[in-house]
Amino acid sequence: MQSRELVIIGAGPAGLSAAVEARRLGIKDVLVIDREPEPGGILKQCIHTGFGLHVFNEELTGPEYAERFIREAENLGVEIMLDTMVIELSADKRIVAVNNREGLMEIQAKAIILAMGCRERTRGAINIPGFRPAGIFTAGTAQRFVNIEGYMPGREIVILGSGDIGLIMARRLTLEGAKVKCVVEIMPYSNGLTRNIVQCLEDYDIPLLLKHTVVNIHGRKRVEGVTIAEVDENMKPIMSTAKFVPCDTLLLSVGLIPENELSRMAEITIDEATGGPVVNQRMETSVPGIFACGNVLHVHDLVDYVTREAELAARGAASYLADGGKKYEYVPVSTGSGLRYVLPQRINADAMTDSRQNFFMRSVRPMNKARLIIESEKGVIKSKAMRHVKPSEMISIQLGRDEVIGIKMLRFSLQEEGDGVERDG
Amino acid sequence: MSAMVNEKTVTCIICPAGCRIRVSMQGGEIASIKGNLCKRGENYAKDEVTHPTRVLTTTVRLEDGRLLPVKTARPIPKALLFDAVKELSNVVVKVPVKIGQVVYSNVAGTGVDVVATRSWK
Amino acid sequence: MADVVIIGGGVVGCMIARELSRYQLKIVLLEKEDDVASGTSKANSAIIHAGYDAKPGTLKAKLNVRGNPLFDKICSELDVPFKRIGSLVVALTDEELKALDELLERGKINGVPGLEIINRERLFKMEPNINKEAKAALYAPTAGIICPYELTIALAENACQNGVEIRLNSPVVDIKVENERMLSVITPGEIIHTRYVVNAAGLFADEISKMAGAEEYSITPRKGEYLIFDRRFGGIVSKVIFPTPTKISKGILVCPTVDGNFFIGPNSNDVQEKDDVAVTQKGIEEIVNGARRLVPDLPMRHVIASFAGLRAVSNTDDFVIEASKKVKGFVNVGGIQSPGLSSAPAIAEMVIEILKEEGLELKVKSDYNPERPQIFKFRHLSSEEKKELIRQKPAYGRVICRCETVTEGEIIDAIRRPVGARSLDAVKRRTRAGMGRCQGGFCSPRVVEILARELGISPLEVTKCGYGSEILKGRTKEFIETGGVAGAK
Repeated sequence: MQSRELVIIGAGPAGLSAAVEARRLGIKDVLVIDREPEPGGILKQCIHTGFGLHVFNEELTGPEYAERFIREAENLGVEIMLDTMVIELSADKRIVAVNNREGLMEIQAKAIILAMGCRERTRGAINIPGFRPAGIFTAGTAQRFVNIEGYMPGREIVILGSGDIGLIMARRLTLEGAKVKCVVEIMPYSNGLTRNIVQCLEDYDIPLLLKHTVVNIHGRKRVEGVTIAEVDENMKPIMSTAKFVPCDTLLLSVGLIPENELSRMAEITIDEATGGPVVNQRMETSVPGIFACGNVLHVHDLVDYVTREAELAARGAASYLADGGKKYEYVPVSTGSGLRYVLPQRINADAMTDSRQNFFMRSVRPMNKARLIIESEKGVIKSKAMRHVKPSEMISIQLGRDEVIGIKMLRFSLQEEGDGVERDG
Repeated sequence: MSAMVNEKTVTCIICPAGCRIRVSMQGGEIASIKGNLCKRGENYAKDEVTHPTRVLTTTVRLEDGRLLPVKTARPIPKALLFDAVKELSNVVVKVPVKIGQVVYSNVAGTGVDVVATRSWK
Repeated sequence: MADVVIIGGGVVGCMIARELSRYQLKIVLLEKEDDVASGTSKANSAIIHAGYDAKPGTLKAKLNVRGNPLFDKICSELDVPFKRIGSLVVALTDEELKALDELLERGKINGVPGLEIINRERLFKMEPNINKEAKAALYAPTAGIICPYELTIALAENACQNGVEIRLNSPVVDIKVENERMLSVITPGEIIHTRYVVNAAGLFADEISKMAGAEEYSITPRKGEYLIFDRRFGGIVSKVIFPTPTKISKGILVCPTVDGNFFIGPNSNDVQEKDDVAVTQKGIEEIVNGARRLVPDLPMRHVIASFAGLRAVSNTDDFVIEASKKVKGFVNVGGIQSPGLSSAPAIAEMVIEILKEEGLELKVKSDYNPERPQIFKFRHLSSEEKKELIRQKPAYGRVICRCETVTEGEIIDAIRRPVGARSLDAVKRRTRAGMGRCQGGFCSPRVVEILARELGISPLEVTKCGYGSEILKGRTKEFIETGGVAGAK
């Protein structure tokens, strides 16, 4: 059994950002464990641009964003153990990890930061009828094949779901000479960022079929086509609109789910709305000394926010290591109407590591004009007009310590307001 | 839409508002720009209509068979993206390679360099 | 020249192969797909039934009751997980209550041990998530669960160790008979002369029988659809939960799996084609509604996969297990639908008796080994065992499938063992890599790489389930060079 001060599980953007911040704060013994043979996580396969505008004020590709943190981590002497899988985590902060060099390792950590990222929703999770042939990939798996392994998953492709990875892959596959027939989205709006709709679909004349879904997959051995159909208001397919689209590949971009196997093993409380741990103002889970950040906590649309959140978790871990796990009383943060979730789910103003606290949330539906209302038991403490709110774009708002000190509860809600702006599409 | 003028719609990507900006063209000149909420949208729409450009990101082969992610150092004309990709499909790069290193110059005659976006040992 | 050719590498064919491998015989097993357990044996309810369901006097009843107790020994010899968890037939109405009595009576006639009807209180104590309207249940303690493809693969491997030749990708295209006696079996690759043929071709047994000019019967594919749930909810029921059966089927059940998941299904619909394993929207709705009658609160958000299997239903409504009267040496083992898996060991015994009667000489081998060498399942080992295993073979320290904790060592082992895996699905069935909640999202690129390396082929040749199901379509850059199919705006 080895003893470590801070162990970070995952060397993607969250884990690396947390490691760098932890070292900067003076935590000497920082170990990062990752299952891949290289650090950088999913950024390594995200060769497109769109990373770093907030953190570096310039537009980087995924590998570039990763390399900055990898170098910084190296410079600061962070130990990164690669090709190593954490297979057990317990509430008393014991880790069992395994690799093919050292074998099975037992590690007792003083503090842990969870940064395992997320996984993609699969066909099973959305129950698409039909056969189960070769040629069905999640968008991220296809991305790995194309950008890392150097193989093409198909020639003629239909993409189900307009999540960002699906949109990015539509462009990527098109540039590689494949034909992307259409992107099919069950919702009446896209789940991707506007820039991706424009630059990945419109640029290449790839149709985006809103309010449509795949109702059947054809082909015994390999995908030979899919049947798509329009859906009604209850998202039930209207079979009279069904049509066959020949293709050899179906890519799924139907959502991401925080990867919380280990969190559950450690009996960490999970928020059903985010799919990740319930955390406090310093990103600490329900188990004192275990922190979480990045996509394992909730799915982000911008890596820059992952970095910010990871830095906050690192500051949290540093304060935990300093205060030795002092017990705090928490004020619950609840999610009111118009929002899917708010994070952190509970706070203690006295224990805030920063003078201002970031709150992250997602709307339940797109709203052209809305008002974000923050209430305490005494009434509204802040309200902010918002424009063009979308479930796919995370909302972030800060509250100062002075605004939350002494309150007994916080509730966030989002109210749609009548708008004078003309609606399009 | 008027029969006299040619109108193009541009979705602005500068901010989440995603304005649908309508640009009217008359004889190759911009006659009017409507639907944008701010000045940045106007500039974006102008560029999109007159000379749209994109940063191209793709991969090139390394001599050992692995892939190297690359990007154009500056945006290139949108119409040349496929030419650029085609040209780059024959490029083979020696290892080691450092992030930021120029691996190809003047792609598709644009005068723009193609640079590595990661290091490979 | 073979003594016996077995057609079909399902659980029945492999069970017969293994039983016959005790004797000094040259045995060839032919399977048309790229792996054993590729048909009905890979997609069914995975239950070893107690035996109360089948009509007394039928082969189904006799062989099920005889087969059930044989599983403990077989599974321990083959290192295959088998859990005798018991089953419950739940009655929700007074009418169904009456049906329970009939089932109990039938079970007694069939000779099923330990059957009893339990009251609501006991039922809810056993199964707290069951529909609160349940009135009583028939409890059968001898029912069990197993992984049917794991069993089939283990049987094939053990048969192979004991000298059976297993030929994959070998569809039978013709059968030659001379003077009303078996002469040879022809596949695209070879002509195998043989005195005896066992027709265990599952859904295609009727076609094989016809090909040989033996007795004619028909096999109709009857589809059953299933939904399988995340392991996290595996504890929703502890026993196999049946509704009160109808004439056609045992009904839609809620059932744990040996791997800790649980499934719902199957429905029962006749289909036209023998490869129609497509899951339908209607079917999914049917099984969800059916399962909700038993367990109202199902975690529908945590379905990880859907699949369909086909039952091989014969027009005789019973198993067809008999020596042909028209072709000497040809033995039909057809119409093996439920309880076929449960009956398989007894079917094998019966087939051997038939072969003996038909003149096959059975001399016991001195070196027959019923035990399959231990298969390492990393996730089931203790810390000490894990340490030791990695020390011996470092590949066991590299986790490939993170959902099911499957290591590179296990995957290599699955490829190198007898009847080794040749495709992604074959690796999945042997190791569970790709069987978890991400359904291969993370591990499939790595498994493709390992398969290519171990088999000495290009990743482009790696398939999901045999020829025609290649995973990848080309190398990057290749489509651009060939002109591509897309155009710039």
